[in-house]
Amino acid sequence: MTSNETIIQTPLDTNAHAKPISVAIEIQGLCKKFGRKTILNGFNLTLALGENLVVLGKSGSGKSVLIKCIVRLVDSNEGTLSVLGENISELNNTKLNELRKKVGFLFQSAALYDSMTVRENLEFPLRNTHTLNEEELDAVVSEALKNVGLLDAIDKMPSELSGGMRKRVGLARTLILKPEIMLYDEPTTGLDPITSKEISKLILSVREKYNTSSIIITHDISCAKIIADRIIVLKDGMCFAEGTFDELQQSQDPEIRSYLEL
Amino acid sequence: MDKTNISKQEETDDEDVSGNKLVKGIESIFVEITLLTRFTLQFFRNLFTPPYELNELLKQCYIVGYKSLPLVGVTGFIMGLVLTIQSRPTLETFGAESWLPAMVAVSIIREIGPVITALICAGKVGSGIGAELASMRVTEQIDAMEVSGINPFKYIVVTRIVATTFMLPVLVIFSDVIGLTGSFLAVNIQGDVSFSLFFSQIFAKLDFMDVIPPLIKTFFFGFAIGLIGCFKGYNSDKGTEGVGASANSAVVISSLLIFIIDMMAVQITSLFS
Repeated sequence: MTSNETIIQTPLDTNAHAKPISVAIEIQGLCKKFGRKTILNGFNLTLALGENLVVLGKSGSGKSVLIKCIVRLVDSNEGTLSVLGENISELNNTKLNELRKKVGFLFQSAALYDSMTVRENLEFPLRNTHTLNEEELDAVVSEALKNVGLLDAIDKMPSELSGGMRKRVGLARTLILKPEIMLYDEPTTGLDPITSKEISKLILSVREKYNTSSIIITHDISCAKIIADRIIVLKDGMCFAEGTFDELQQSQDPEIRSYLEL
Repeated sequence: MDKTNISKQEETDDEDVSGNKLVKGIESIFVEITLLTRFTLQFFRNLFTPPYELNELLKQCYIVGYKSLPLVGVTGFIMGLVLTIQSRPTLETFGAESWLPAMVAVSIIREIGPVITALICAGKVGSGIGAELASMRVTEQIDAMEVSGINPFKYIVVTRIVATTFMLPVLVIFSDVIGLTGSFLAVNIQGDVSFSLFFSQIFAKLDFMDVIPPLIKTFFFGFAIGLIGCFKGYNSDKGTEGVGASANSAVVISSLLIFIIDMMAVQITSLFS
């Protein structure tokens, strides 16, 4: 049985596959190779506006590569990748940078700039995009930190923050540009269950507040259960299974079930 | 197959393996040169296109220049002191002791000051840049800049290369002055020469070709240190292991380049003198 057949077999395609009126991201036949190793092999995906899509898969299955392709941090070898209606591979650097401002990316390590304070980290993405005076800038930064509950940490250095705090500051920095799409790379990895739950709730509140469409890569099934509208399982560079959490839990495929064991 | 044939076969295999290694080694050198050339061209393209990161440039000038002053100063002082003490017996043999200030000054200003200061900066600044950028690459900070629509090359690389290019000549001048002060103290350990006499002897013997060409080459030294540090750090991989490797190779390659540039500068200067 091929992977494609597995997708067809999953009893999940009814509502989730209904063609959305408008899409945030549309990927068709995406291929990515590193040397001789094929990471993504004809991958297809549609992310509807306002949807939270969770991507599951083994380590090294190409989850992170997928979201890096979406913002063209990694160039794909084949396939078309449309983000907010723009074919990303055809954009020049200026247009690509404009589009990237509409796509927020929360890195696994939060990727805070070590040499800057939390305030400077948040001000940094605004430097070339907005002409705000000092007071306005301060208000925007304070608001963003208040949204993630970290206003007290405004003058701290990243090294003084805990893992959960770093993730939240990273999220605040990403949200400061008010993105239309959010890409989360393992947002709860390395965090305790309570902080993981807080981050999961924060992801939900981001969607409610900013009306974002999100792709969330995670191994944390509790997190996936809370935030996912739809889940896809990535295997051998293709979509192995797809559906809501409950639908996938009903699957008889042992591999799918093993992913969803809490 | 008898033993002789087996050992011959092994020898042939060894030769093949070493031959392949040699070919791969040469190939990797050419690949590296090509990548460095592309990196340099990318630097010049970004250098002249707005927006200009002036605040970051000033910050880097402070880090590269001001923060290197103590180390460069101490090194320069010792250099002047030691050179004077070591040269005195030889000059005394020829009865040319009075030439000591001029000889030390020419040595320091023409050659030793620029090269030693550049090597010190390659160790301190070059390795620092290499490690910092590699660490930023490993922790995805460079990627984070890129996805927020900011050109990381312009912000990180261009500012650092410009800072090293313009700060190294300043550091070399500072080192030369401190080195000559050290020389003055060394002269006065075994003799009694006034400050004004010492420096008037120096300025009497120095001419345009002793000062300007060495100063010009320091811009190239600074450029090489910044370029190699940034190149190695920006293109780092292999995780945390890559951070150490980037810092290490930044120092080794920029030190080698300093000597190559120095050799070329001396040849060019001798054509005009």
